[in-house]
Amino acid sequence: MIEPGLYHLLFISTALFFIGVFGFFTRRNLVTMLMSIELILNSVNVNFIAFNKYVWPGKLDGVFFTIFIIAIAAAEAAVAIAIIINLYRSHQSIDVEDAEELKY
Amino acid sequence: MLNATYIALIPLLPLAGFVMLGLFGRKYFRNTSGVIATVLLLASTLLALYTAYGYFFEYGKAGGVYQKLVPLKYTWLEFSKGVSIDMGIILDPISAMMLVVVTFVSLMVHIYSLAYMKGEERFPTYYAFLGLFTFSMLGLVLSSNIFQIYIFWELVGVSSFLLIGYYYDKPSAVAACKKAFIVTRFADVGFLIGILVLSYYSNTLDFNTLIANLTSPESNAYKSAAAASFLGVSALTWGLVLVFIGGAGKSAMFPLHIWLPDAMEGPTPVSALIHAATMVVAGVFLVARLFPVFAISSPNALNLVAYVGAASALFAAVIACTQTDIKRVLAYSTMSQIGYMMFALGVAHWGAGEKMLGYTASMFHLFTHAMFKALLFLGAGAVIHFVHSNEMKDMGGLRKFMPITHISFLVACLAIAGVPPFAGFFSKEEILLAAYHSNTTVYWIALITSGLTAFYMFRLYFSIFWNKEHHPHGEAHHGEGGFAMMMPLVLLAVGAAGAGFIPFGHYVTADGTRLESEFHLQFSILPVALGLAGIVLAMWLYKKQNERPDKIATSLSGLYKAAYRKFYIDEIYLFITQKIIFNLVGRPAAWFDKNVVDGLVNLTGNTTQLVSEKIKGIQSGKVQQYAIYFLVSIVGLALLFIYIWK
Repeated sequence: MIEPGLYHLLFISTALFFIGVFGFFTRRNLVTMLMSIELILNSVNVNFIAFNKYVWPGKLDGVFFTIFIIAIAAAEAAVAIAIIINLYRSHQSIDVEDAEELKY
Repeated sequence: MLNATYIALIPLLPLAGFVMLGLFGRKYFRNTSGVIATVLLLASTLLALYTAYGYFFEYGKAGGVYQKLVPLKYTWLEFSKGVSIDMGIILDPISAMMLVVVTFVSLMVHIYSLAYMKGEERFPTYYAFLGLFTFSMLGLVLSSNIFQIYIFWELVGVSSFLLIGYYYDKPSAVAACKKAFIVTRFADVGFLIGILVLSYYSNTLDFNTLIANLTSPESNAYKSAAAASFLGVSALTWGLVLVFIGGAGKSAMFPLHIWLPDAMEGPTPVSALIHAATMVVAGVFLVARLFPVFAISSPNALNLVAYVGAASALFAAVIACTQTDIKRVLAYSTMSQIGYMMFALGVAHWGAGEKMLGYTASMFHLFTHAMFKALLFLGAGAVIHFVHSNEMKDMGGLRKFMPITHISFLVACLAIAGVPPFAGFFSKEEILLAAYHSNTTVYWIALITSGLTAFYMFRLYFSIFWNKEHHPHGEAHHGEGGFAMMMPLVLLAVGAAGAGFIPFGHYVTADGTRLESEFHLQFSILPVALGLAGIVLAMWLYKKQNERPDKIATSLSGLYKAAYRKFYIDEIYLFITQKIIFNLVGRPAAWFDKNVVDGLVNLTGNTTQLVSEKIKGIQSGKVQQYAIYFLVSIVGLALLFIYIWK
């Protein structure tokens, strides 16, 4: 079995990031879009961990940052879901195109 | 005893009335406002009399000479060392005299208006404005600083504007108040420049210091002001002439007189107070205040004063003979009499005794004129109140219906015509004497004017009270006015009859010393005879209805018409302003404003609108579209930073 190196992890994180971006741009369902955002955030987390482990193994900064991002992501998900629920109550829909009138 | 608080209260009480009635009058003092204002003014009149008595008989003199006292001086704005705008009080013979004149006439007008303006919609506002005017006028006469006098000068202008435009729903009144304001404002620009010139050279704004600096030939201020010259005339003369232009505007001297006849659109008591007795003599007062500078340092400026005054006096008297609106006759008569005061100052010189007679005579005439002209206006007001018209042809035969008005009007006419022993005789004799001693041209003009004065005043008198036997209004449909209207008439008639016996030379002279006025019988014969001739002529023409006035008017058609149309001065002004100034300056300026200035503003507006129209599609509300912009921009920035700005 091959020990995974930095490049493997960077590959995974890049793939995750673009899957997230693709999902964000193509989905119409707000919940799916939220999930795509989580993917993007997680790709960043993987990046941090990978660099921390392989470039500065003696330090913990990357890990701390990752935990920080997870906390923020949780809060962000809570807020986003609250918005989605409210949108559903008023429009009976969670389609992103029905939310267009929020610009006014 | 000299107490600045009492003196300061004299102008401040009417101000308090103005503030109170102006703010709360319409709500709380609808009916009592007149009484409140009158009581306040009565208090201030008593204080003024007390102050004048104290000044003339108790503390004013030092070594037989009346001093210029400054009991109160508060530095308000200091520009540099010595140059400051102060708020102060100056007490000298003319300001003490003016205090009495202003408060007394104002009190009479307040009382008279109680009846005359009764039932007016804006009764409290009227009294508020009267209070503002009285405050400003008293402040003007008490000013110890040339800039302070300028402030009050503008304030009387504003209150005059407000009161002329009192009937603001009448278009002619609105036009008249605008005219008065613009013409006097125009003259005041001259005054302001004059102040700047004088204060620049004398390095002070304070009256006493300014006069001291500009009258002693050794002082640096005098030397530099006399040396600097513009168009061949010294800066000092220019300054004084400019100040005089301001005074001429306020005092309706030719050619800045055009606003005064129109100002008669205001309520009649206002005309009596502002446009006859007090505000219009402010110009005379100003020249008198600066008299030492005029007389000692710039006799040329003083000559100008004399000629402008004499020309205005004659000019206005000729016009007054042809007018048919009684208030306009009185307005031109006012202008003529102020011309008298002006040239009386103009013919005076600095020196002992006789030479300064003109100054005393001018102030004396100001005093007596205030009495009889206020009386004439208030009498005219009573007549207008009775017949509801300003035109002479609607009057006639009123002597039976209005006996008190008739007698008091007669007294005033005799006084202004210079018939002994009424007040006008004494002051006019002194003026003529002063003119005779120094300038014969002015003397002859004055003599002719005095004959004309007698003629047009008695033309007015006979047309109102005699002429027709039966008044078209029939048997008195209402009385001639109550106690409030008659009492001021009687009091002023007493003043107009008796004020001449005051030995004015003992109290008011240019340098404060005593001046014995002499009475020359031979000298008086000519003016009195001319006056009587004028009266007899007026009697012959107007006592009974007849054809003679019309015949004379037709035989003198050219002159009569020119005088009736006021020598086309208004038309000339209209021509200059509308044809020349509007076309050559106004129109191009308007074009520039409309096309260039507005064009620039519109250009920015239009450009912004155009650009926003183009880019507003970007804000679509589609979250995913925003995300794409975001992503593309980030990638673009990243490329920029990586490959171009390394």
